[in-house]
Amino acid sequence: MNGPTVLLDPTAELAPVARALSARPPSLDGKRVGILDISKARGNVFLDRLDELLQARGVTVRRYRKPTFTRPAPVELAQRIAAECNLVVEGLAD
Amino acid sequence: MPSLPDGLVVVAKRECPTCTLVEPLLAELAADGTPVTVYVQDDPAFGRGATRVVDDTRLEHSYALDVEIVPTLIRVEDGREVERTYGWHRGDWQRISGRAGLGAALPEVRPGCGSLTLEPGVSETLAVRFGKAKFASRAVEIGAAEDPEEACFARGWSDGLPVIPPTRERVLRMLSGTTRDPGEIIGMVPPDLAPCTVEKVAINAVMAGCKPEYLPVVLAAVEAALIDEFGMHGILCTTMFCGPLVVVNGPIAQAIGMNSGVNALGQGNRANATIGRALQLVIRNVGGGRPGEVDRSALGTPGKYTFCFAEAEHPQWNPLSVERGFARGTNTVTLFAGEGVQGIVDQKSRTPESLARTFALCMRAVDHPKLAMAGDALLVVSPEHSRVFFDAGWSKARLLEELTALLQLPGDEMVVGAGGIAEGLPLSMKGTRVPKFRPGGIQIVRAGGSAGLFSAVIAGWAASGPVGSTPVTKEITT
Repeated sequence: MNGPTVLLDPTAELAPVARALSARPPSLDGKRVGILDISKARGNVFLDRLDELLQARGVTVRRYRKPTFTRPAPVELAQRIAAECNLVVEGLAD
Repeated sequence: MPSLPDGLVVVAKRECPTCTLVEPLLAELAADGTPVTVYVQDDPAFGRGATRVVDDTRLEHSYALDVEIVPTLIRVEDGREVERTYGWHRGDWQRISGRAGLGAALPEVRPGCGSLTLEPGVSETLAVRFGKAKFASRAVEIGAAEDPEEACFARGWSDGLPVIPPTRERVLRMLSGTTRDPGEIIGMVPPDLAPCTVEKVAINAVMAGCKPEYLPVVLAAVEAALIDEFGMHGILCTTMFCGPLVVVNGPIAQAIGMNSGVNALGQGNRANATIGRALQLVIRNVGGGRPGEVDRSALGTPGKYTFCFAEAEHPQWNPLSVERGFARGTNTVTLFAGEGVQGIVDQKSRTPESLARTFALCMRAVDHPKLAMAGDALLVVSPEHSRVFFDAGWSKARLLEELTALLQLPGDEMVVGAGGIAEGLPLSMKGTRVPKFRPGGIQIVRAGGSAGLFSAVIAGWAASGPVGSTPVTKEITT
C-alpha cells in the first residue's frame, strides 16, 4: 500500500529535480588530488599508475585507503580527505 | 471507480455495532435474487448472506461513494444511485429495499458509526491515493532508502534545522486552513522574483511545522513582506543584521495559541516559532534567498530563523494594529526589519517621566549612539513597565510623543571625531539638535510575562524608511 515517498517541491522550480554533479575544474593546476583505494584486490595497480600519471603532470597527489571495501569510509577518513584535497578519485568496482 | 453494481449496496464495518445489528438482514435482502453488494471497511469476513462482499479496506469505494456514516444503504438502478440512507432506520431500509417486513424484530432506530474514511488524517490520504487532490508543484520522489528529513536537507530546503517533509497529504491538510485557491499567485518573491502561489506557501508552512490554522497568518505575512515599501529584497541582501520580524494583533493570536506573554520573544511556542520560520522558508525556497549567495549579512541574527510574536493587547493602550490605522479587533500582521533584542533593565523608575528617559537613553544605542535617522526602533514594553504608564494615564501615543522629544539629541556629541570616535554625523550637524529617529521611525508594542521590570528595544535596519524598509501592516483574511 505504501508507494515511494513523494514530496512537493517547495522551491520556484528553477533548478532540475535531479541534483547536478559538481562542476569539473577547468584544470588541475594548483589542485591537490586525493586517491582513495577502497581495498579491493588489485585496485592499487590501477591507482598506482594513475598516481604516476598525475605526478608526471606536476599534480600533488595524496593517497588514502579504506579499511574495507564492504563498508562506507569511516567519517574521520572522509573528513580528512575533504579537508586535505580539492578533488578525489575513488574506484567503486573490481 | 467502476460503475455501481445494480441492486442494493451496503457500506459497513465490523467494529460498528449497528452494522453487526443489520448483518443478519443481508441474507433476507438477497433471498429474492436482488443483488446485495457489501463494501466492508475493516473485516472482509463481514457480510455473510450478501450476494457479494467486497474488501474495501483500502477505502476506495467508501471514498468514491462519499460515505460518512456506516452502515449506508444505497439502491442502484442502471449503475446509478437512486436513494440512500445511513444508520438503521427501519422505515427507510424497508422503503429503499422494498421489503415491508424487514427488520421487524430490530429496534426502530439505531444511529450508525463514523465511516473510516473520516478518521483523522485519512481523508487527505484517500484524496491523494485516489487522485482527487491535484497539485501544481513538482513531485519529488525520494529513494526508498532515503530518510525524508535528510532528503530535505540534501536538497537545500532547510534553514539548518530539520523540516517536516512536505508530503502531498500534509500539504493538502495545510491548504484546508485557507479558503483561498491554491493556484492563486500572491506575489513575486525576491530575490529571484519568482511567482509564489498559495500552494507554495502551504508547502513551506508544512516544512516550518505550522498547523493549518496558522496558514492565514503565514499568507498575510508573506503578502506583507512583498509590499514594495517593506523592501524585502534589500533586507535579504544587506550586509547588515536584519530579518523580517512579525507582530500579530487581533483575536486570531489567542485563537491559534500564540504567545504574547512569558518569553514572548523566545522559544517554545509552536505558532510563534513556525509562522516566522515559514516566512523565512518562503524567502529561501521560493525566492532563492540563501545566506552566502544573495543574503550577504556579515553577522546575521538568530531572528533570521524565526522572529514572530503577538502583542499583549490591553484596553488602556492602542494595539499596534490600531496605531497603524486598523480598527481594534482586526487581525493583522505587522512586519518590521528587525535586528536583535537589546534588553532595557530599569527596576527603579516608578514615574512615566523617569521610565521614558530610560527608554530614550537605551534607544540611542540603535546602530551607534553617534548615528541618527538611520535605523528605526521597535520598543517592546513589558506588562510591569506598561503599568507605570497606565497608572499615570499615559497612552501609547503620549509615550511616543515624549520619546520623540527626549530623542532630540545634541549634534555636538554626535559629529565625527566627537568623543575621540571617528564614526558620527557630518560636522555640519554641530550646534544643532538632531532627531535620533526619522518621523514614524518608532513602533511600540506591549508583550512579555507579568514579572520583570524589563523592556526591550529591537533595532531596525540602518536603511529604514523610504531608502530601505518601512514597516508594513496587512490584514489577515481567511
